Amino acid sequence: MTATLFTNARLIDPVSGTEATGDLRIENGKITPPGPAPDVIDCHGKCLAPGIVDVGVKVGEPGERHKESFRTAGQAAARGGVTTIVCRPDTAPVIDSPELLEHARTRASSACVRVHQMAALTRNRDGREMVEIGFLRDAGAAAFTDGTHVTRDNKVLSRCLTYAGALGALVIGHPQDPGLSAGASVTSGKFASLRGLAGVSPVAERMGLERDLALVEATGARYHADQITSASSLPALRRARAIGLDVTAGTSIHHLTLNVLDVADYRTFFKVTPPLRSEEDRIATVEALAEGTIDIISSMHTPQDEESKRLPFEEAAPGAVGLETLLPAAMRLVHAGHLDLPHLWRALSLSPARRLGLEGGSLATGAPADLVLFDPDAPFVLDRWTLASKAKNTPFDGARMEGRVIGTWVGGNRIWDRETACSAG
Amino acid sequence: MFTQRHLLGIEPLHPTEITALLDRAEHYAEAGRRHESVEPVLRGQTQVNMFFENSTRTQASFEIAGKRLGADVMNMAMQASSVKKGETLIDTALTLNAMRPDLLVVRHPHSGAVNLLAEKVNCAVLNAGDGRHEHPTQALLDALTIRRAKGRLHRLTVAICGDIAHSRVARSNLMLLGKMENRLRLVGPPTLMPAGAADLGVEVTDDMEEGLRGADVVMMLRLQKERMDGGFIPSEREYYHRYGLDEIKLAHAAPDAIVMHPGPMNRGVEIDGTLADDINRSVIQEQVEMGVAVRMAAMEMLAAVRAG
Repeated sequence: MTATLFTNARLIDPVSGTEATGDLRIENGKITPPGPAPDVIDCHGKCLAPGIVDVGVKVGEPGERHKESFRTAGQAAARGGVTTIVCRPDTAPVIDSPELLEHARTRASSACVRVHQMAALTRNRDGREMVEIGFLRDAGAAAFTDGTHVTRDNKVLSRCLTYAGALGALVIGHPQDPGLSAGASVTSGKFASLRGLAGVSPVAERMGLERDLALVEATGARYHADQITSASSLPALRRARAIGLDVTAGTSIHHLTLNVLDVADYRTFFKVTPPLRSEEDRIATVEALAEGTIDIISSMHTPQDEESKRLPFEEAAPGAVGLETLLPAAMRLVHAGHLDLPHLWRALSLSPARRLGLEGGSLATGAPADLVLFDPDAPFVLDRWTLASKAKNTPFDGARMEGRVIGTWVGGNRIWDRETACSAG
Repeated sequence: MFTQRHLLGIEPLHPTEITALLDRAEHYAEAGRRHESVEPVLRGQTQVNMFFENSTRTQASFEIAGKRLGADVMNMAMQASSVKKGETLIDTALTLNAMRPDLLVVRHPHSGAVNLLAEKVNCAVLNAGDGRHEHPTQALLDALTIRRAKGRLHRLTVAICGDIAHSRVARSNLMLLGKMENRLRLVGPPTLMPAGAADLGVEVTDDMEEGLRGADVVMMLRLQKERMDGGFIPSEREYYHRYGLDEIKLAHAAPDAIVMHPGPMNRGVEIDGTLADDINRSVIQEQVEMGVAVRMAAMEMLAAVRAG
């Protein structure tokens, strides 16, 4: 494989937390020390950063390929500067056996980005019997999660955490009290009351988190909270970190950039799980991210077909696609002055890679040549019909955004070139 | 003047539109009392009542209103129809739309469903109640009843009592009476009070005596059967004891306070039966009467907007 030299790049290094103008050389799929190369790409001062590692992507394989296939998810990822996707197991059927995991991994070869697969924590995500955590881990499961199917039985969860902990497997929880959140489609408060929608208080998230953390403390498991979205959850999270539990937390790009008022006149593309929060909670979440209490930003990419969104709000399916809009939406946090690019890239790339034990997130020599070249200031208006995803359910349709991906490389291969609008796969 | 294409709620209405609509309804109310026939302004127009949720009273009121104005009225029992066969709301709307009706009157159990439907059809849509969201003609008929009893629709103290959280009637009334600059109180057990109620620019209390003190209008809400046991309130009898309107509690309101209820009533749960029938205090029957008048006015005005 030929070597490539990126010149005149604004290098974003999340490891050192710095950015500097310079050159970067890649060869044989890896980053090498700088030096001459036959292929030279002049970056014209645009940003070159490690590719985004997106944890919690829903692909419709198996079961719902009409919503998203590995191939289309890969194309959307490439256009969004995402070089690794870590897929959710909430498929149909649920990925809860080594055989199904193997099937998904085989299908995933049609994606042009790196794909890792998570497995369910309990069979069929029913919260009753644990999956074959050992076999699944050996088969390559990156983490174990029942997603939004919160395990109600504390004894089951306790045993799962104990067993997974002994194997060093990462358990990802969805902090939410299932009783309090039952039937709710928005966050409770003035907006929900005026719209006549059943709401859930952010207290349900805090209770779910505190339950999970108590069991993590008791079992010593490795735990990641998939989405922390409210101020009320933060004290428990800070305490868990202060006493040295092996706990990390994520949040979704939608909860960092949108609030409950965006639902406006029952816009179902803004129905997500957990529901969008108040502006106060959004700000608290952004601040927790900036200070490092929240580690990871995910797109929580959830493709839904038009039919499942063209319904009255309470009947509509939750979720939003996000692979392609993650980077420009995240740039809003930079443009608003909440955090700088290296710190943003820590949450988008380095922290998720480290937490899941994956390569990536680094520009150091020897790191994989998974890269994104982007213009942080390029303005555009998003048109959802231009998205590469099969599903077009983005809350950013018609939104003014800044930040466009120019090129994406995985293992040194260019998988997206904005100039020619070409994507591999 | 009235400029709305649809009547989906009170929220988008301007106070002058509300006043214009009530003035017109007053005309129909008087005509109704004198048993005079009115000009058939909806002759040749087709009105379809689509009730995805049962309501004999409201549907009858819309049907009579339409017929008095000369419209061809069709009632569709939506629960028995294609909805059961899996047709989506939008497909149902498009199918009906293709039959070129002039007015759809829609009731639906989900908040926002009528707004969604209105986006997909060419004709005027009148919201007859969507989930817990809005029930605009109920608020308008309440307003007309108040105006007739009190001689004005501003600077009144209005207590809305009972299950506020699940009530579209309460929401539409809050909007309307707020726009007309009245002093509003929400009274009910905290479990039946919507979250964020205190941010709505109203007084909120869980004490009936305090809530009724000096009120000019006492508006009682229906307590749904399914909320009576355990979940939201301990029991029917405790609810009646603390929140049911009787002579003793009403004594805290203004001496000439009127008592209202959107119906159907649970006698002995939210209101004492004798009090509900007391023609000196209760305007509940007049509310029903005004319902037809208000709906006639609303349909006429929507037709006028359509005609341009």
